[in-house]
Amino acid sequence: MSATTSSSFFKLPLSLIGVIKPLFFCFLLLPSLLISYAIIFDPLMLGANPAEAILHHTGDWVIYSLLLTLAVTPVRRVTKWNDAIKLRRMLGLFSFYYVSLHFLTYLGFDRLFDLSDMAREIAKRPFILVGFLAFLLMIPLAVTSTRGWVLRIGGKTWARLHKLIYAIAVLGIVHYWWLVKRDIFWPLLLGLVLAVLLVCRLFLFLRSAPRQRGARASS
Amino acid sequence: MTYTFGPKISSSEITPHEIYLSRRHFMGSALATGAALAASSALSATSPVALSFSQNAIPKPSDTVTDRALATTYNNFYEFGTSKSDPARNAGKFTIKPWTVEIGGEVAKPKIVGIEELFKFDLEERIYRLRCVEAWSMVIPWIGFPLSKLLAQVEPTSKARYVKFTTASKPDEMPGLSYRVLDWPYTEGLRLDEAMHPLTLLTLGMYGEVLPNQNGAPVRIVVPWKYGFKSAKSIVRIDLVTDEPKTAWNSAAPNEYGFNSNVNPAVDHPRWSQKRERRLPGFFANHDTELFNGYGEQVASLYSGIDLAKFY
Repeated sequence: MSATTSSSFFKLPLSLIGVIKPLFFCFLLLPSLLISYAIIFDPLMLGANPAEAILHHTGDWVIYSLLLTLAVTPVRRVTKWNDAIKLRRMLGLFSFYYVSLHFLTYLGFDRLFDLSDMAREIAKRPFILVGFLAFLLMIPLAVTSTRGWVLRIGGKTWARLHKLIYAIAVLGIVHYWWLVKRDIFWPLLLGLVLAVLLVCRLFLFLRSAPRQRGARASS
Repeated sequence: MTYTFGPKISSSEITPHEIYLSRRHFMGSALATGAALAASSALSATSPVALSFSQNAIPKPSDTVTDRALATTYNNFYEFGTSKSDPARNAGKFTIKPWTVEIGGEVAKPKIVGIEELFKFDLEERIYRLRCVEAWSMVIPWIGFPLSKLLAQVEPTSKARYVKFTTASKPDEMPGLSYRVLDWPYTEGLRLDEAMHPLTLLTLGMYGEVLPNQNGAPVRIVVPWKYGFKSAKSIVRIDLVTDEPKTAWNSAAPNEYGFNSNVNPAVDHPRWSQKRERRLPGFFANHDTELFNGYGEQVASLYSGIDLAKFY
């Protein structure tokens, strides 16, 4: 090893985003690694009902990562830390990762991979329908998450399409709310967090909108 | 739902079924000889003494007894919290001594029964399937005696048509009570003929020992052909009444939890199917649910002529 390579190695992670992004990556990957470990080596790590625990944990992480995704812009505006935007795609893709696991858990463990049975259940149960709809809406967002797709469909269209995340997050909370038996504490709390994030956006939009409009008119 | 990885159950805590069975046989024979000796000391409800019992189980060949470690860590007992792991975590400081059960209402001889008195009945082991309304099931070796034997002592009058059970409500020891998810105290009910049915077990123990707190110590009922929530835990009152009593889950959501709540694969819960169940700790919900949880031969006659879809 030469002295020059080792010194450049130490320079590499000095940007804040360069540290935070890998940390978020590991943090968000960890639950799925623990679940995989449990499935393979020790299902009872997950309690007496491992399938239900996996369904709940993956569902929880869909909502956590969606809320984190939605927090990027307000955090960026408030802290003026523009690099925060570099987290957004990764956070969004993590929510798609967990929703895929969540869906597969349901399809496999609950519906025994029987698609027609699943279709009947989705049609009959509003809370599953709502969750399934959110899952479907997430697919185009995940597909178009690459730079290539932004260029292909144009930044404006892309941004409009990705506004779907608001609907997805609301559907996710409704799905959670409708599924609990009596104790609505967690869906209520997560719903409040979502409400705060959406109100933040509305506030930012109202503040910035006249300026943007003015800028557009003058250009 | 808090983010925990569930109650950790190390594999060493889980008793292999063969060992569990042989331990039970051991206890059975040991107690047969020591029964007279233990007659007085076995009445202590808190020491985890092996109970003396005869075996009277009607399991199916496919029923493997669920490991004790699972049945005692995955519980719905909202008085101790709404998460399945809450009861095992929070029920430790629940005091079950002294304990009395007050039996009243439409009876000729109302009485207050000390828990010690209940332990003097002839105890039997019953291996029952437990089907939760949430579509999971376990197989549990309960120990108790038919509720009918106790009800016979108080002599129900001709006005008695239902039996109402009331669960203990001790806010200092049951943290879940501070949260009004249900109308406390928890109440449940049965028709008198259901309560008098020989399968309805006044239960004092499980897995050869007295009930752990999280499973409804010191005394609960077990009604194996109904969804689990019908089997009231930690009972302090039994009332014989004329009209159908108000029950906790039925009052909370009448369209989802009927008074009857017989296990029935043909009647879905509005939010999920009841056709199949997950036999814990299995991953797949591939166990077909049976009408009356498979106890139809014994109990179907109680419901002849009744529209089970209407009176779910």
